[in-house]
Amino acid sequence: MKETLFEKIWNSHVVRSINEGPDVLFIDRHYIHEVTSPQAFNGLRARGVKVLHPEKTLATADHNTPTRDQHLAIRDELSRNQVAKLAENCRENGIELYGLNHEKNGIVHVIGPELGYTLPGMTIVCGDSHTSTHGAFGTIAFGIGTSEVEMVLATQCIMQPRPRKMRISVNGKTGRGVTAKDIVMYIISRISTGGATGYFVEFSGSAIRDLSMEARMTVCNMSIEMGARGGLIAPDETTFSYLRSLSRLNINGDTEAAIASWKSLKSDEGAVFDKELEFDAALIKPMITYGTNPGMGMGIDELIPSSDTAGGNASSSFLKSLGYMGFKPSMKLLGHPVDYVFLGSCTNGRIEDFRAFASIIKGRKKASGVTALIVPGSKRVEEQMKREGLTSIYEEAGFEVRQPGCSSCLAMNEDKIPEGKYAVSTSNRNFEGRQGPGARTLLASPLTAAAAAVTGVISDPRELIND
Amino acid sequence: MAKEKFVVLESTCVPLPLENVDTDQIIPARFLSATSREGFGDNLFRDWRYNKNGEKNPAFVLNDPSFGGRILVAGKNFGSGSSREHAVWAIYDYGFRAVVSSFFADIFMNNSLNNGLLPVVIPEDMLGRILDLVKKDPSAKIRIDLEKQILKVIPTGEETAFSINAYKKECMLKGLDDIDFLLAMRNEIDEFAKRERPWL
Ligand code: SF4
Repeated sequence: MKETLFEKIWNSHVVRSINEGPDVLFIDRHYIHEVTSPQAFNGLRARGVKVLHPEKTLATADHNTPTRDQHLAIRDELSRNQVAKLAENCRENGIELYGLNHEKNGIVHVIGPELGYTLPGMTIVCGDSHTSTHGAFGTIAFGIGTSEVEMVLATQCIMQPRPRKMRISVNGKTGRGVTAKDIVMYIISRISTGGATGYFVEFSGSAIRDLSMEARMTVCNMSIEMGARGGLIAPDETTFSYLRSLSRLNINGDTEAAIASWKSLKSDEGAVFDKELEFDAALIKPMITYGTNPGMGMGIDELIPSSDTAGGNASSSFLKSLGYMGFKPSMKLLGHPVDYVFLGSCTNGRIEDFRAFASIIKGRKKASGVTALIVPGSKRVEEQMKREGLTSIYEEAGFEVRQPGCSSCLAMNEDKIPEGKYAVSTSNRNFEGRQGPGARTLLASPLTAAAAAVTGVISDPRELIND
Repeated sequence: MAKEKFVVLESTCVPLPLENVDTDQIIPARFLSATSREGFGDNLFRDWRYNKNGEKNPAFVLNDPSFGGRILVAGKNFGSGSSREHAVWAIYDYGFRAVVSSFFADIFMNNSLNNGLLPVVIPEDMLGRILDLVKKDPSAKIRIDLEKQILKVIPTGEETAFSINAYKKECMLKGLDDIDFLLAMRNEIDEFAKRERPWL
């Protein structure tokens, strides 16, 4: 039987198939954080059961933590309580916690890979929709709700209906200034936010193969924004050399033996997908969103559509969205003033993202009207920025580098974009109020964010790249 | 742990004719700091329901006294975005027991079924007719029969079959809980864990 990569991993994790029901899937790695886990631990207590495999579970505090003065107590009482509850729950159940101020702390989807916990062929879940990020290593990784967090804590298994299989191939070479973020935003703008609902997506094609591991994580991260259950990429030499470069892999035994077996993790020639899509990388420009869902995106030098053609939204929803953003149909965005810039999140909070941003701000100054939130995805990234001299490039250009966390991506902490203000953000969601009540988010790549940060207006990064 | 059973629900409905209603709208992130499941209904659709100064926004449907009931009828692609189960808790806590739309996001669908909130997928044209009807006649009732898997619009008699996973249907009808089911599989799970790949 010819199998897709997805089927190989899924089938090898089925503990039991329920007749006319979901599969019971064994979970290799469970990441938890402060926001979606407390009710799950309460549930365990009410049932009188303990965590079945604490050693397969890893915890971090990231969603509501502050990005300044992390050594002080968290000011918001509810957040402080939530973080304390996480520590208590982890202690009680023997779960490893990389909490606030721990040298390994950071956004769950940044630290899992960089600490060598995410490995090819695994099943990984987390009470967070961007768990799809880990698919970059050739894993089945997806977000779950809190009831399911409780389920995995109690049984190390999850019940899931088997999703359908889609392959999205991106072939050819991307142009100058076009990043992984632009590739995935382009795909979403073509197929809409519901375009992959019900599917698990395998990304392939030469343009995907050419991406670094970090860039692949950016692509898989946003697969949830096309509605997909998750996205994955077959592991290859890029994956293996990334894994070899980590100081520690959380495996028992021989890395090379593991790598040899991971080489079989790819879709068989002739394996059948329920749906196949193909895109030409050469057509992709630096992207930006103009509306209130990630599917409402366009090339940065294009005009906002006159009606929603690609997304298929009814015109009332389209106009409501533009109204919220303070935009009009057929309007140009280049040159539009920007108030905030946010660099960070599990989409673009890794070292390569900070290098890319630095490549544009180097030798320039932050525009005076712009407030910038520069937030590394983890302590490790923060440290590496210092080591590489990036932190001083940021400071010389007038930017403050903050401490790691989700920050303004969902604005549960103090890093909120004020009402009505425009923020060019490297995160993944531009929903109404996502970055604070009334905030207007324009999603883009780190290069495009940097271009806005130094010019104060929406700018084409291709014109600012220092060759 | 047993849950509330869902067999037949007949109720008036609350229309929300918007598409792509995401979980950030259903319950904004700043209300996610609680560590219990209760009380989220107060902040359901918070930023649409209340103005900046905290007053009720009279234009939003939940503040319109002519509409009420235990069924929320919403535009397509409902519940996209974040995996936060708090969105489902908020809808349930507010008093809804079913959401009707032509399309749901995956995680929202799973979360709903895990919490006794029935997501009912119906054809888009029928959804449009229901939204129009309810707008004109807020007293119009819908009947959802889970056993027969039929949704019926009482005043017009129009009905449609809807699909649901057979296992999940059983759980909803009987108020069964997935975790109890899995806990009973403990030996099978332990056996499986033993034959994992050696390096994990
Ligand atoms: S950075 Fe944003 S999307 Fe990523 S885990 Fe944090 S809140 Fe979720």
